[in-house]
Amino acid sequence: MGILDSKVPSGPLADKWTNHKNKINLVNPANKRNIDIIVVGTGLAGGSAAATLAELGYNVKTFCYQDSPRRAHSIAAQGGINAAKNYQGDGDSSYRLFYDTVKGGDYRSREANVYRLAEVSGQIIDQCVAQGVPFAREYGGLLDNRSFGGVLVSRTFYAKGQTGQQLLLGAYSAMNRQINRGKIQPFNRHEMMDLVKIDGKARGIIARNLITGEIERHSAHAVVLATGGYGNVFFLSTNAMGSNAMAAWRAHRRGAHFANPCFTQIHPTCIPVSGDHQSKLTLMSESLRNDGRIWVPSKEADAQAIRDGKLKPTSINEEDRDYFLERRYPAFGNLVPRDVASRAAKERCDAGFGVNKTGEAVYLDFDAAITRYGHEKALTSGHKEATDKEVRTYGEEVIETKYGNLFQMYEKIVDENPYKTPMMIYPAVHYTMGGLWVDYNLQTTIEGCYAAGEANFSDHGANRLGASALMQGLADGYFVLPYTIGDYLSNDIRTGKIPTDSPEFDAAEKEVRERMAKLINGKGTHSVDYYHKILGKIMWNKCGMSRNVKELQEAIDEISALRADFWENVRVPGSIDSKNQELEKAGRVADFLELGELFAKDALTRNESCGGHFREEYQTPEGEALRDDENFKFVSSWEYKGEPKDAVLHKEELKYENIELKTRSYK
Amino acid sequence: MKLTLKIWRQKDANSKGKMMDYAIDGIDGDMSFLEMMDVLNENLNNKGEEPVEFDHDCREGICGSCSLQINGEPHGPDRLVTTCQLHMRKFNDGDTITIEPFRAKAFPVIKDLIVDRTAFDRIQQAGGYISVNTSGNTQDANSIPIDKHDADDAFYSAACIGCGACVAACKNASAMLFTSAKISQYALLPQGQVEAVDRVQNMVRQMDLEGFGNCTNTGACEIECPKGISLENIARMNREYLSASVKG
Repeated sequence: MGILDSKVPSGPLADKWTNHKNKINLVNPANKRNIDIIVVGTGLAGGSAAATLAELGYNVKTFCYQDSPRRAHSIAAQGGINAAKNYQGDGDSSYRLFYDTVKGGDYRSREANVYRLAEVSGQIIDQCVAQGVPFAREYGGLLDNRSFGGVLVSRTFYAKGQTGQQLLLGAYSAMNRQINRGKIQPFNRHEMMDLVKIDGKARGIIARNLITGEIERHSAHAVVLATGGYGNVFFLSTNAMGSNAMAAWRAHRRGAHFANPCFTQIHPTCIPVSGDHQSKLTLMSESLRNDGRIWVPSKEADAQAIRDGKLKPTSINEEDRDYFLERRYPAFGNLVPRDVASRAAKERCDAGFGVNKTGEAVYLDFDAAITRYGHEKALTSGHKEATDKEVRTYGEEVIETKYGNLFQMYEKIVDENPYKTPMMIYPAVHYTMGGLWVDYNLQTTIEGCYAAGEANFSDHGANRLGASALMQGLADGYFVLPYTIGDYLSNDIRTGKIPTDSPEFDAAEKEVRERMAKLINGKGTHSVDYYHKILGKIMWNKCGMSRNVKELQEAIDEISALRADFWENVRVPGSIDSKNQELEKAGRVADFLELGELFAKDALTRNESCGGHFREEYQTPEGEALRDDENFKFVSSWEYKGEPKDAVLHKEELKYENIELKTRSYK
Repeated sequence: MKLTLKIWRQKDANSKGKMMDYAIDGIDGDMSFLEMMDVLNENLNNKGEEPVEFDHDCREGICGSCSLQINGEPHGPDRLVTTCQLHMRKFNDGDTITIEPFRAKAFPVIKDLIVDRTAFDRIQQAGGYISVNTSGNTQDANSIPIDKHDADDAFYSAACIGCGACVAACKNASAMLFTSAKISQYALLPQGQVEAVDRVQNMVRQMDLEGFGNCTNTGACEIECPKGISLENIARMNREYLSASVKG
């Protein structure tokens, strides 16, 4: 078979995973004790994989750059986790969750992987409850569910607005149990600097101890990369400051294909940038769009007056407001999917109607909801002739019970009271659907190197649905990898410990040291952030919410030039052999400067619009995305060949045997 | 805004540290405290000096990475926020701000404002889990009904972000709010009952081994906690510990 063998098992969709599990090889418990596995990243995917592999009996080493596995960025997920439990009896099933996910991904994901995800989703909830994850419950003591974007059932389990935190602490507790037994050795404040291959197989990593600066060699029979996404290539995103693509990119340079890099999710409701000092962006949950109405002034002069601080949004009359989502998408209104809402907001701001001092914000207004809820609450409270003021008070109470914590967070950051004046929001980079190419077993194109969670490309196609990232991370770590990796490791029972004094380790370490020495040769003129911010601006302006041939080509040229300048002129103070946050950043940004170019190249070669990838040349007369299933129904899988411009495209054709391809319309 | 910063600088764990003064200008009230620190570091970098190192990651108040003792208070003067969510509008032009690492024997300084909080990890490793296999062969989630109030209370305890502000706020450098929050989460849930005796004994033993002090009920931890973890957790842990001693 070719290099891109997806290894999807034969047979009916619903039986594939069970049949596969029945047929793959197992490793007996005594042999597992002789096998080492490295897990890089300790978020939902890495943490759950490490715990489960250790519990099975393998010797696991975990690596994370944070000071504790508990701080991985999965912790910041708010809304919830999907599972096809059908506890609400509203017709949910594995098939329905599978269908929603493939359709939501705009038909660019692999059917068999997505079905397996839906199939194991219920087990995740069982597992987490057994671990003591405090999900929200109803008064009868059973688990509560809520609804999330774009689906017709209630299948989202949640723990207030902190679902990611609670799930991660669950996985962390499972890790702690194995650390206590000595089956996991945690290497915190460590960063993977390179992947070591021996005879074509992943056999270890070079890591840097971020406290002492020491370069370490770690060998293993398999390496799992669960290192998250690459949203920080945009500089500003909802990712954590440290989130980076170094591990994935190092593996890419060693032969792991990188798939669909241009599939990025830009989330419509984030707190806007307030100035040049901004270091990161904060998400406001999608649930707010249930009650908030999105608008900008319909007169450009009014928008200008607001930007100059001479006019307040509350003094703009109803007829002078443009509720642009309701205008363009009367059927779905403010509840169109994330990609559509984001593009529409950008269009208005680009046309000069944006608010905030930067001109890059739109209003999310709860005034109508406050009045509507207020009237209802006044009536149900027996207050039949409430004044306008009383109605408002009632209405604000209702909004507070629904969204109180979000309103408080907004007020802390923006210093405006969102009950009295509309919130300002703007889209921000949030999640990357692209990532390392993996087969059905989650193995990359390097034997023995696996990728899990956001780090792989597999399940979300060109657009991810809300509450599905947590589901995928835990499915990969708890229920998929522990099986599939055993099949591979069954060939390694006689291998014995992998020595770290081999020429391959020597060479990899030498490269790492040379690269760092080159970075820290600190006679440069500009800081790492200087380059990261420029890269972010190029990515945002030319590879962001809408893309076109001319600008993508410019982006490629500009990033390539910026990369050359970076290696020539970056200034990294301090030394290699001590704690050095600037050096850490420099290594990550160096990789983003390559990834960004491949991203633009991928976007340039995908001559269609689908999901988060919108090419201006490919749209309907009404300005909607125009997918091209005839020519682009494939995964773009890029092989490293030196410079990003030389990367070679391999195509994995996608087959849809269980779902009919349709156009998404929200009019 | 123009400010004077007094910042603890320390090369590494073995070096002696000292306070250093830095002048900073052009600070906007909309900046977060850490964005102000970013400006300082950019300035230092441009002058060829080493930036000030501090822990931070999510910058949205949930990962628990950021710390900093600001004018003597963990996470600074605002309430129910972490340092990353503290904004400069809480300060005035001309202010002098003192910035130190969290101070505790069990939190040794690694560099500048970064401390080693792995003692917290070790307390969790001693028993902060339910010994259930993660292979997926568990019973259906809804086969264990749990009183909503207990589930909600368990959630409030579980909301701890492990930042260490409680330890830094405490005159005894006690970790009892942190430890009790995790013990409470499990004590409030039926899943946690089976191992309750061992859990509280093992976690408290580890807490003491790490060199944290004892609780003398001043309540500073609760006030400074960015997540509002309640003192009730400590009372619950003490009950659990007492009952474990009797049973154990």
